[in-house]
Amino acid sequence: MSPPAEEPLERRAAITGIGQSAVGRRLGRSGLDLTVEACLAAVADAGLTRDDIDGLATYPGMGVGTPGFAGPTGPEVHDALRLRLNWHDGGGEGPGQMRALIAACLAVGAGLARHVLVYRTVTEATAQGGGGRQGIGGDGGGDGGGGVPRFSGFLQWMLPFGAVSAVNWIALVAQRRMHEFGLTRDQLAQIALNARRNAAENPAAVFRDPLTLDAYLGSRMISTPLCLFDCDAPADGSTAFVVSHRDYAPDAPRTACHVQAVGTALRGRPSWDQFDDLTTMAARDAAAAMWERTDLRPADVDVAQLYDGFSVLALVWLEALRFCGRGESGPFVADGTAIARTGSLPLNTAGGQLSGGRLHGFGLIHEACVQLRGDGGARQVVRRGGPPEVAAVSNGGGPIAGALLLTRGRG
Amino acid sequence: MTARGPALRLLPALDDDNRFFWTSGADGRLRFLRCPACRAYVHPPAPRCPECLAAGLAPEPVSGRGRVVAHTVNVHGWIPGSEPYLIALVEIDEQPSVRLTTNLVDVEAEDVATGMAVEVVFDEHDGVFLPLFRPAERTAP
Repeated sequence: MSPPAEEPLERRAAITGIGQSAVGRRLGRSGLDLTVEACLAAVADAGLTRDDIDGLATYPGMGVGTPGFAGPTGPEVHDALRLRLNWHDGGGEGPGQMRALIAACLAVGAGLARHVLVYRTVTEATAQGGGGRQGIGGDGGGDGGGGVPRFSGFLQWMLPFGAVSAVNWIALVAQRRMHEFGLTRDQLAQIALNARRNAAENPAAVFRDPLTLDAYLGSRMISTPLCLFDCDAPADGSTAFVVSHRDYAPDAPRTACHVQAVGTALRGRPSWDQFDDLTTMAARDAAAAMWERTDLRPADVDVAQLYDGFSVLALVWLEALRFCGRGESGPFVADGTAIARTGSLPLNTAGGQLSGGRLHGFGLIHEACVQLRGDGGARQVVRRGGPPEVAAVSNGGGPIAGALLLTRGRG
Repeated sequence: MTARGPALRLLPALDDDNRFFWTSGADGRLRFLRCPACRAYVHPPAPRCPECLAAGLAPEPVSGRGRVVAHTVNVHGWIPGSEPYLIALVEIDEQPSVRLTTNLVDVEAEDVATGMAVEVVFDEHDGVFLPLFRPAERTAP
């Protein structure tokens, strides 16, 4: 399909500022505290003051998920910074965690706002304390009233069978890929090992000690075939961006990361267990939609930050974004060279979520900007003698997917 | 030994839309809504047929036979006291686009194969009949 004749609206937007709070396993700080730290950093990085900010967007916003998942609401951040807004948005539905960033791009493109502050905050490590990661629904006895809560909506089809965590739902994807494509645990391991190698060069990453294939293969199973190191690490941290109209980019103090295209499609059923192709789910649609909105091609991408909440999801995205053929991601990553920083497609250069910490999609967007700016330090990817020019980012797994293509120096 | 499921069954909240499904096993039969016009089975329950938009969907029994699309052994102790148990995605023979997330029972994890034929068996908890699946004793079709 050829790109639409009219320029995609999101191309009027650029990320002009990035900011990240302290990131750690148990910081013991409030979500709002971390958020303000990240937001102020992003605003200053964009060469702006809070008086310039006239838009605010977050994922997921109010009242969503397990403790530590949602972060502060838009209104809390709005008020904490005494912003005067022309546009504001928050929500947990849409094309992945990056839905907030995509909404900001469209708001800027439509002229509803000029500089939108976008943030995502998690305090899952602190919220889970020493008790370890919980399933959805907790241990079933959490209502405090002696009765056991009952469940509606899509959870009713999962929880009665002990499929209480996304790891169970994604383990089915991984097992199906082993059956259909011959994916092996050694191949899956490469996503985790690559992430750990990159995290070693990222001072903010939560896991930086070397990880070997033997340690990976010997780690405890969580839900077969996914082991401990196939699962991302709950973290505390906030990531923020300033999304501006691209006509501000020449005045921004730092290199602007222009939005080339976004992918928002969900053409299959919006369901963890009813989606037509279990091996791809929604990544297939979001990725295809992104490529329909640009003349750039997969071969133009210099660096990829692909969602790795579970290792297998990065493989799903590699295929969906057509960096390799359907079912070929296992062999593509098998010896680790293609996805290394010096390889043909450097992947998750800050350690992804597996080793960098579960900043839930936004950490990946942040690292894409760091790489395009050439700020990666020891982990900087070099292309044609300079920083990368094109970065692909994806968020989400299962029926949740969003894709983003960023460029340096061309809007 | 692979357990039959988690040590504690978190149960659905029954309402007018889903009650037929979760109580269907009282007579040993699995049921889904079916469209009177295009004859599609519809799951989860919906007010109209999502394929042809016809009204008048009603529960109909199916054979209870299906095939394993994918499976996993949950090992992590999300629910205290649980032993490893098999979670599977099963497609029903009548219409493979209809799938259930379920537990495989009466089978060891190492004996499960993708595509294997299974049949429904119900475990009852507080009036909810959970459809689980065990290896099918196939008779000639």
